[in-house]
Amino acid sequence: MLYSPAPMHIPDGFLSVPLSIALWIISIVVIALSTRRVSQDLGEREVPVMGVLAAAIFAGQMLNFTVTGGTSGHLMGAALATILLGPWAAVLIMTCVVGVQALIFQDGGLLALGANLFNMAVVGPFVSYPIYRFFQRMSTGQKWGVFVGSFIAAWTSIFIASLAVALQLALSGTSPANIAFPAMGGIHALIGIGEGLITLGAVSLIYASRRDLLKLGEPQPKGSTLIWIGGTLLAILLAVLSPLASSNPDGLEWVAEQAGFLERASEPSFTIIPDYIFPGIPNETLATIIAGILGTLLVLGVTLGIAYLRRQKTA
Amino acid sequence: MHAHFLDPYKPRSSPIHQLDARLKVPLVIAFILTTSLIPIGGWPFYIFLTAVLLSAEILSDLGIPFFFKRAALALPFVLAALPVLFTQTGNVWVTLPFGLTITAPGVERFISVALKAWISVQAAILMASTTPFPEILLALRALRLPKVLVSIIGLMWRYLFVIVDETIRMMNARNARSGESPNPSYKHGGSVFWRAKVTGGMAGNLFIRSIERSDRIYHAMLSRGYDGEIRHLPLPSIPEIQRWISVVVFVSFFLIVVLARVLWG
Repeated sequence: MLYSPAPMHIPDGFLSVPLSIALWIISIVVIALSTRRVSQDLGEREVPVMGVLAAAIFAGQMLNFTVTGGTSGHLMGAALATILLGPWAAVLIMTCVVGVQALIFQDGGLLALGANLFNMAVVGPFVSYPIYRFFQRMSTGQKWGVFVGSFIAAWTSIFIASLAVALQLALSGTSPANIAFPAMGGIHALIGIGEGLITLGAVSLIYASRRDLLKLGEPQPKGSTLIWIGGTLLAILLAVLSPLASSNPDGLEWVAEQAGFLERASEPSFTIIPDYIFPGIPNETLATIIAGILGTLLVLGVTLGIAYLRRQKTA
Repeated sequence: MHAHFLDPYKPRSSPIHQLDARLKVPLVIAFILTTSLIPIGGWPFYIFLTAVLLSAEILSDLGIPFFFKRAALALPFVLAALPVLFTQTGNVWVTLPFGLTITAPGVERFISVALKAWISVQAAILMASTTPFPEILLALRALRLPKVLVSIIGLMWRYLFVIVDETIRMMNARNARSGESPNPSYKHGGSVFWRAKVTGGMAGNLFIRSIERSDRIYHAMLSRGYDGEIRHLPLPSIPEIQRWISVVVFVSFFLIVVLARVLWG
């Protein structure tokens, strides 16, 4: 089997039924909105363009590179789709990818599909869009904004989506919050680097060879405010919620003791854990996680500050 | 190398294969919903649902080992539920180093979650391996998915194999370029960042090729009279007997959930 499952697809049986249904409803609303938006933007080109690009993202998830000692990094693609085609089209593409993975390849459950759609087709594009646009605006259309923006957007889309998975597992009583958040967040802070690097590589290739294609994802006046606000809120909410939920000192101590065991045990499902990063030293794991969360907030603060200053200068 | 083996559909002529997809898909979803609604520790109900599932698997003519092998796919995720073993309060069963304890409610919850996942994933495998893709599209239409979305998914499936083949060719090309000398003094492979950049270039290339392909497909569709309107053939009718069987199964699922909730609620 060439097709390898990505680590963030929740199977059936892990989520409580009310939560699954609530997430189904949210996902359906967002998907319905984006279907309408994409139909307006692309018109009759919608079916071929979306269909082929969904197949491309699906196939692109097969691309991988070796990191070290049998572990490898690979692509989820939500950020890449968002950067290249805009958030609404990305929602639609990821919906098709995640939906077919669940229906045909049992990668993620059917009842849990609502949650998986929420994590990968809603959170992914919604979080990466404001970040990417932010850097683009900050750099006033210069090259570095595109590159830095695509790396950070891709990293954040993975990291925040993993926090969403942890939150869902914790709310369902399947995995206690004080373990789920640091474990999922910590592992995906690393996986996100792989995603970021591949996304960066893809965007820089397209920048060099077909710069006109990067224009496709340019801002659309209508409805993008919703994504700006929604995406930023989602990111901040999850980034703030997770340390709060796991701030229970007993829980943190427990994870510290267990970190080595957990990371080693999850190797088959999480493929980008270089062994040397987690030598079983408890505080280092914690440091990674806390650094990840602090980093997100710091980057957000700095960008906000710079953007504010720039705006004042131009005004 | 071609990616046709990606399609999980296994053609047979069993009753499960013949069941109309518009009934099969909702039945599988109802089965998974039923499994999810059984309370933690409702063992007799888990056994009953497993028995139903195994009967359907035998009836499908594909053999139980096939399902067990495919179901192993969902196993890694069970690790996410592992901490629950130690965090529930209750009767202590085993005491481990680091002050960890395994409690009876923890074990009960863990086994229940793992069982539910295992039963559900097999039901989904049963559906995917006995239903050809066009019929799944038919079922999605019957479930009132927007026409546009159904068409996009249909087109995606059609070109998935083409594009996967393209991806495999790119990966073969990369492998062919990545020689490695048996002499360890020759450096090979480059840094992790370089490797990531190469892979990123492949992803970007794939994207460019795909968007160009979608352009050609669009023009081919236009020249065949595509006007933006999505037309489907009318849905064929469902045999009467299959309808009745499905109604009986739906009602019994409902009763099972009610019974389980009353007895274990």
